[in-house]
Amino acid sequence: MTELALPHPHDHTHPSGITRWLFTTNHKDIGTLYLLFSVSMLFIGGSFAMVVRAELFQPGLQFVSPHFFNQMATMHALVMIFGAVMPAFVGLANWMIPLMIGAPDMALPRLNNWSFWLLPFAFTLLLATLFMPGGAPSGGWTMYPPLVLQMGMAFPFLIFAVHLMGLSSVMGAINVITTVFNMRAPGMTYGKLPLFVWTWVITAFLLIAAMPVLAGAVTMLLTDKFFGTSFFNAAGGGDPVMFQHVFWFFGHPEVYIMILPAFGIVSQIVPTFARKPLFGYTSMIYAVASIAFLSFIVWAHHMFTVGMPLAGELFFMYSTVLIAVPTGVKVFNWVATMWRGSMTFETPMLWALCFIILFSIGGFSGLMLGLAPVDFQYQDTYFVVAHFHYVLVTGAVFAIIAGVYFWLPKWTGRMYDERLGKLHFWLSTISVNVLFFPQHFLGLAGMPRRIPDYAVQFSGWNMVSSLGAFAFGASQLIFLYIVVRAISGHGAKASAQVWEGAQGLEWTLSSPPPYHSFNEPPKVP
Amino acid sequence: MNVQPRTANIAAGNRRLAWQLAAGALLMTGFGYLLVPLYQVFCEYTGFNGTTSRINHGQAATQGIDRTRWVTVEFAANTSVDLPWEFSPVVASVRVHPGEMVLAQYQARNLGNRAIVGQAVPSVTPGTAAAHFRKIECFCFSRQPLDPGQALTLPVQFQVDTDLPREIGTLTLSYTFFEQRGGRISSARPRLTKL
Ligand code: HEM
Ligand SMILES: [Cu+2]
Repeated sequence: MTELALPHPHDHTHPSGITRWLFTTNHKDIGTLYLLFSVSMLFIGGSFAMVVRAELFQPGLQFVSPHFFNQMATMHALVMIFGAVMPAFVGLANWMIPLMIGAPDMALPRLNNWSFWLLPFAFTLLLATLFMPGGAPSGGWTMYPPLVLQMGMAFPFLIFAVHLMGLSSVMGAINVITTVFNMRAPGMTYGKLPLFVWTWVITAFLLIAAMPVLAGAVTMLLTDKFFGTSFFNAAGGGDPVMFQHVFWFFGHPEVYIMILPAFGIVSQIVPTFARKPLFGYTSMIYAVASIAFLSFIVWAHHMFTVGMPLAGELFFMYSTVLIAVPTGVKVFNWVATMWRGSMTFETPMLWALCFIILFSIGGFSGLMLGLAPVDFQYQDTYFVVAHFHYVLVTGAVFAIIAGVYFWLPKWTGRMYDERLGKLHFWLSTISVNVLFFPQHFLGLAGMPRRIPDYAVQFSGWNMVSSLGAFAFGASQLIFLYIVVRAISGHGAKASAQVWEGAQGLEWTLSSPPPYHSFNEPPKVP
Repeated sequence: MNVQPRTANIAAGNRRLAWQLAAGALLMTGFGYLLVPLYQVFCEYTGFNGTTSRINHGQAATQGIDRTRWVTVEFAANTSVDLPWEFSPVVASVRVHPGEMVLAQYQARNLGNRAIVGQAVPSVTPGTAAAHFRKIECFCFSRQPLDPGQALTLPVQFQVDTDLPREIGTLTLSYTFFEQRGGRISSARPRLTKL
């Protein structure tokens, strides 16, 4: 399909320049804004990680003070979680959901504009703390009191930044649900929704349920600090451990917020390059839904060592390990989709395959951590760091990159350079394992997380890990180059279909799609 | 501006659903706050997290004393870092029978050069024993003002329940003193103050 022949009353009011981006309510523009924001946060957060790994290259204090080190570790996490990964998924949702369900736009376009433009404000507040007396937040992204309450000027900035990010993602979630419930093209039944859409709907419900709890928790911190309440202040009858309960009640669903849309992306890519429909479509949806449900009753696996009674340890251990079942169903279905498929290995497929393997490694270390008796050894060591980087970097981030390669030709109308894409893939995959795999060994040997210096017996693997980190960081510059080239109109022209095996409404539109698409509902096959 | 919902119906439906979802988000904010009292009630009820319970003399007297059994109660004392007090138990531990009424003493002295009001926060380990540890009188029930150099003896009267699980032979009663600034803290949320 080319430019829709039907005249549209608003087509001519299409402002250009800065106001186009400031006031845009077009889902494609907003998707682009989210993705650009995300990639800039990826590089800012990445540079913080480089500082961390440079300092840990050798034992002893080399480059930065311990206080600055702690700021870098904390800010790295906050920027990556709330600035890079979550906005990337919202950006993909904005671009792809209306195209996939045959809607002309998101259901609430002006809300959509707002939810994006809150983010630059939030991150200005957050990043400005780096230049404040007392420095940026440094007590860990988990913001545990009483440590977090000892922060300097940065404290209220951190809290308001978290409020804004939370508001932004809840607004985004409302928009996604409303769009999918009300804006589907006739014939696009729930049983036909692409998995990316399904996973996003479930994620959106998680966001609506979890983010407000975080907002509540940080507001309690704020009133404890400035208004004399004592939710977490033992002197006033409060309890700092309670913060951990409230935080992780948000925190564990949050980690699934960052992985369910990734499952969706991979479920789009694998069938495309295996040239077979997704195996077990319905079971995939049930698996995602049960993961989402379970994610609300496992939170205390982050707190096995706070002194819970045996019954609590057991409950949270069993519920945690139970999550492995639906997760296993998903991995099984992806593998079964590839079984006897006629597979080709273009760049998006490589990233998706690597996601499946490396995410599973992260899932396995998660299972180990989920066993209460052994978690007493692993808690707060580098083993935990290795675990969540396997699920978040080689999980969430790899899926996002896979999605970008998959849809970039659709968005820009240009094919990226396949050779460069593969180079980016191989460099990243090798270096990311050099970076994170040794952290398992460090953790098992007892190296604590969040420290700027360490005992000399940890030197070897730390050096290896840092070298991997520098290589991984540098490899992402290739990604930047590839994306910039496609945006600036270099590369072969992409067809509407783009990928031979691609299925779905989004591939019926030209590449790039017209600014306004599906003003007339498409015919759903 | 460029969305063109197919009918006005859809636009109205969108708005309604959006408000419903926003109300859901608001409810979840409330739920976040609700976790606080829920947690307190849960801890008090189960003794999770070392929360001890309080009873009065009448209730205490109704318990028989189990003279066949000995339990060691150890006393620990801590002060928060910014509190210039010396604080310690008079004896490190006592051996008691379950059901017996026991009086123990701590002592505190203000080493600083200003008057300070302190509040002691108790906790019992192991956590499973906390529900079976009852305080009848305690210096932690009220704030303790100390002038510079002043010393004070602080009594606590308690009872270990006769139904304390068999496998527990030793419990530790620990207090941490915090400075109470301006008295604002416990007056802000007296109901949730753990005793
Ligand atoms: C099979 C699935 C999983 C299981 C059983 C699992 C289990 C655990 C456990 C028990 C911990 C706490 C470790 C400790 O602090 O001692 C943990 C930490 C963590 N997990 Fe997972 N996990 C799983 C999947 C995931 C996924 C999919 C993500 C994110 C995409 C994730 C992100 C994290 C993060 C960020 C932390 C560390 C939080 C912190 O302390 O800063 N996990 N996981
Ligand atoms: Cu978790």
